[in-house]
Amino acid sequence: MDDRQTAVIAEPAVARRAAAPALSRPRPPRSQALLPFVAAAVLVIAWQVLAQVFSLPIYIAPTPIQIVKTLVSELPMLMRNFVPTAIESLIGFLLGNAIAIAVAVLFVHSRRLEAALYPIAVFVNTIPILAKAPILVLIFGLGMTSKVVIAAFICFFPTLANMVRGLTSVNPQSLELMRVLSASRAEVFWKLRVPSSLPFLFSALKIASTTSVLGAIVGEWIGADLGLGALIIEATHNFRSPLLYATVFVSSAWAVVFFAVVSFAERRIVTWKQGEVS
Amino acid sequence: MSGAGATLAVELENATVRFSSERGSVTALENVALQVQPGGFISLLGPSGCGKSTLLRLVADLVPPTGGTVSVLGGPPERARLNRELGFVFQDATLLPWRSALENVRLPLEVGPKKRERAGLRTPEELLRLVGLAGREHALPHELSGGMRQRVAIARALVSEPRILLMDEPFGALDEITRDTLNEELLRIWRETGTTILFVTHSIPEAVFLSERVLVLATNPGRVRELVLCELPYPRPLSVRETPEFIRIASHLRALLQTC
Repeated sequence: MDDRQTAVIAEPAVARRAAAPALSRPRPPRSQALLPFVAAAVLVIAWQVLAQVFSLPIYIAPTPIQIVKTLVSELPMLMRNFVPTAIESLIGFLLGNAIAIAVAVLFVHSRRLEAALYPIAVFVNTIPILAKAPILVLIFGLGMTSKVVIAAFICFFPTLANMVRGLTSVNPQSLELMRVLSASRAEVFWKLRVPSSLPFLFSALKIASTTSVLGAIVGEWIGADLGLGALIIEATHNFRSPLLYATVFVSSAWAVVFFAVVSFAERRIVTWKQGEVS
Repeated sequence: MSGAGATLAVELENATVRFSSERGSVTALENVALQVQPGGFISLLGPSGCGKSTLLRLVADLVPPTGGTVSVLGGPPERARLNRELGFVFQDATLLPWRSALENVRLPLEVGPKKRERAGLRTPEELLRLVGLAGREHALPHELSGGMRQRVAIARALVSEPRILLMDEPFGALDEITRDTLNEELLRIWRETGTTILFVTHSIPEAVFLSERVLVLATNPGRVRELVLCELPYPRPLSVRETPEFIRIASHLRALLQTC
């Protein structure tokens, strides 16, 4: 069990940060919940004022008002491009995480398999997504499939690393308890390992919820007729800055919604405090 | 407490446990002999590293003996474990944090080959009442105090009506007041259930207050120093600890421990 845990330390920062669900800070009181919105409003107003005072050209920095106008007038076109990106990121998210969970379960059951494949997973993970994307587009073509695969790829590793850690980081005394109770391997797995791993899994899923959108967009950059990524490229090349900003806004809004849904599910499912109680 | 000729609850003969690692081997227990009658209450007392936890794990089939024989209820420890004759209470409550108090008590009825047959006469709800947790059935472990969590652990150990209850410093991490209360309640539960109890502790007063006999173990290697009788009549109120007899036994044990 020890060598597994040290293995996690050698992984990229994303996985490491996600691997510490026990240290979640208490949520700020309700009076503070509005603060980020206030701060955002102040920044947007400052942006509007500065852009007007220095009369910046629209193609360098459109004002918030111009962006909102574009958002409204181009909404049908934005939505037409949003739908494929949303589908690609969603399917990629489901696919990548499902495979990661399955592989993690395999690794936990076969140390030999883990020893053979984990280093390869780490190696593949070190290849930047921008380098992997063109290769995957070559293999899977210019359609939605390649984007789904890229999104799945980007979700895969953090979930694998966290899930392996979650399934193995079971309190040793709980394992002794299960032995005194003569529990079978399957019972230990379902009643002990799976629930113990859920906080780790959700930490990974929260990361994956936003990176899967990133993966889909990067995939669309390489080549696509439709999609927010394709729209970003097109708007940039044509100096349609308000449209570029509007597209960016739509894609982050989707990532935020995605993240919020996963967080909501986490709060409903992980109701206990991990690590505090033995 | 027990009829003559009845099968012994626990019998150790020349039991030896040696742990070997790359850095050499450690003898945790050497030639330990012990007989516990059914329904008996025996405490294991000794300095750290004397093998008292190992002895408990030997009986629970968590550690195999490297020498000698261990018999539990007249058979190998494995059979007792598979038949659910053993309840184990750890120093930490070892509750599953995602399960409520009641669900934690129910766990032994959900796992293992004998899960259904071993549902005892007392339901999990009744056991939580027995340990004084009525009304807290649906609380999650993090919502309970350390003492309450340990009560849940005791209820869980009792749910399959084990004939032997193994307790490994169960109250070691609790404050003095909670510990006193739980000591009294443990004696009450012992009387009500008639189960055999093997109780590991490093507290002399706790050992004398609870047990019929105290097995003093010496360290390096872990071995029996002396078996001390605690001839104080049950039921024992907490005030028994101020009687001359109690103080005599306690000081005898203290003197013994200094030579371990």
